[in-house]
Amino acid sequence: MSIAVRNLVKMYGDTAAINDISFDVKTGEILGFLGPNGAGKTTTMKIITCYMPPSSGSVEVDGMNTAEQSLEVRRKIGYLPEMNPLYLDMNVLDYLEYSAQLHGLRGGAVQQRIKEMVHVCGLEDVRHKDIGEMSKGYRQRVGLAQSMIHDPEVLILDEPTSGLDPNQIAEIRTLIKHLGRAKTVILSTHILSEVQATCDRVLIIHEGKIVANGSPAQLQQEFQGADTITMEIKAVAADPQAEIAPRLRTVAYVTGVTLLAHSEGRSTFEIHADKGNDIREALFRTAVSEGWIVLEMHRRVTSLEEVFHKLTTA
Amino acid sequence: MAAFPLSNVGPIYRREIRSYFNSPVAYVVIVVFLAIVGWYFSNNLFLMNTASMRIVFELVPLVFLFFVPAVTMRLLAEEKKSGTLELLTTKPVRDVEIVLGKFLAAWTLLAATLAPTLVYLVTLMVLGTPDLGPVVTGYLGLMLTGGVYIAIGLFASSLTENQIVAFLIGMVIILAFFLADKVLLYMPAAIAPAVEYLGIDYHFSNIARGVIDSRDIIYFGSVLGFALMTATASLERRKW
Repeated sequence: MSIAVRNLVKMYGDTAAINDISFDVKTGEILGFLGPNGAGKTTTMKIITCYMPPSSGSVEVDGMNTAEQSLEVRRKIGYLPEMNPLYLDMNVLDYLEYSAQLHGLRGGAVQQRIKEMVHVCGLEDVRHKDIGEMSKGYRQRVGLAQSMIHDPEVLILDEPTSGLDPNQIAEIRTLIKHLGRAKTVILSTHILSEVQATCDRVLIIHEGKIVANGSPAQLQQEFQGADTITMEIKAVAADPQAEIAPRLRTVAYVTGVTLLAHSEGRSTFEIHADKGNDIREALFRTAVSEGWIVLEMHRRVTSLEEVFHKLTTA
Repeated sequence: MAAFPLSNVGPIYRREIRSYFNSPVAYVVIVVFLAIVGWYFSNNLFLMNTASMRIVFELVPLVFLFFVPAVTMRLLAEEKKSGTLELLTTKPVRDVEIVLGKFLAAWTLLAATLAPTLVYLVTLMVLGTPDLGPVVTGYLGLMLTGGVYIAIGLFASSLTENQIVAFLIGMVIILAFFLADKVLLYMPAAIAPAVEYLGIDYHFSNIARGVIDSRDIIYFGSVLGFALMTATASLERRKW
């Protein structure tokens, strides 16, 4: 079940919430939408789920246009909106039954799917409870259960882990990853570790435009700055700035050396090298040949956080 | 698999009914309604010594003026506010199914509210022999009038996510229909018949008199249909 988004534009008055977005999602892929608040993630999802039409451009789910075959598209999609709206006066089983019926399930299939979802989402203990009395973590699971009640081929999850505690986040992520194997999933978040943990591919959206598109590893590589290595050396030197630093500068690819700290024969240096070169081995050999003892060496890789920060604060 | 084009009306209707009767809303509404109507009926019976259902048919359309918008105000406004409308409209459900399901649920509540007033009829039948014809058509007229009010209230509820605003808008529109045939004196003679035809009470009193005229039925049918269509269109407004 593939999704093709073409030149999507959504105007709110004179301002464009999304401005010419195009991308594809392949069957079985977990795609992460990343972006600051107000970047256009939710708007894009609302268009894909047929909640509102785009100002221009088109979305096709499995070759069906969201504007022309809205009902067919909606049948294939499971959606968890932002803020996870629920009927607080219903209990879990009634609510899931209602959701199943609205998806056209009837008779035995309804109870069958409810049973499955209650099991998959871990709702056994609360299935007779009113949703209004439940904790946020459980409500989120009910939201997920509701979105998957008809076994949809496409899952659209808008911030599925917002407001949860770390344990619950881990649980929901595992659940999504587990379910995502057989489905096409789009999820939005502004938690970067979430994307790294669950997604095959990331779209970074900023001010209504796609600013990056690739796997988390690809993005990290693409937007990597200079290599930075922190090294702590034990050496007999009265003035490490004058005695050690110049030697480090002679190592290939090194572009700069800064002394961060120095006490009792221990010196910590920050060493910058040209992008994409791992100079740790050369540094180690240099230290050995000089008779320095390497206490610590750490190479800092550009995190997705930094990529995100770089792209969305321009 | 949802071949019947209105197959989702059922689940939506049942959810609304459950929501009315699982909360105090339905009971409060029914009790208040019966208290008001019952007080007038027994006053009429004991103080005026008139054993007649007429007072019921005169009073209920008035009570409906604020009673119906109170019943309908939450139908769509609440779902808009809580965001569940987004959930509902992204499921394979037609907007008209949502409107119809909710309309029928409110109409059922209205019938449940009117049903206990049949006790008055039983009282009258014990005391004498009331003319049943106008009573039957009177109830029919009440249900039709109530139905039109509900459709209008539902439309008002689709306009806003604030229930109080929905209540007020609903009441104002209903009041306009209710008063239309009562302000004829102030209307230019040329348009007076048209305004009279718009007045809901004019048609209700025709029916309550025991005369079922196709013109009145057509009036109720078309106003009801128009209000429901407007409510559906208003729901679809998000797509404009």
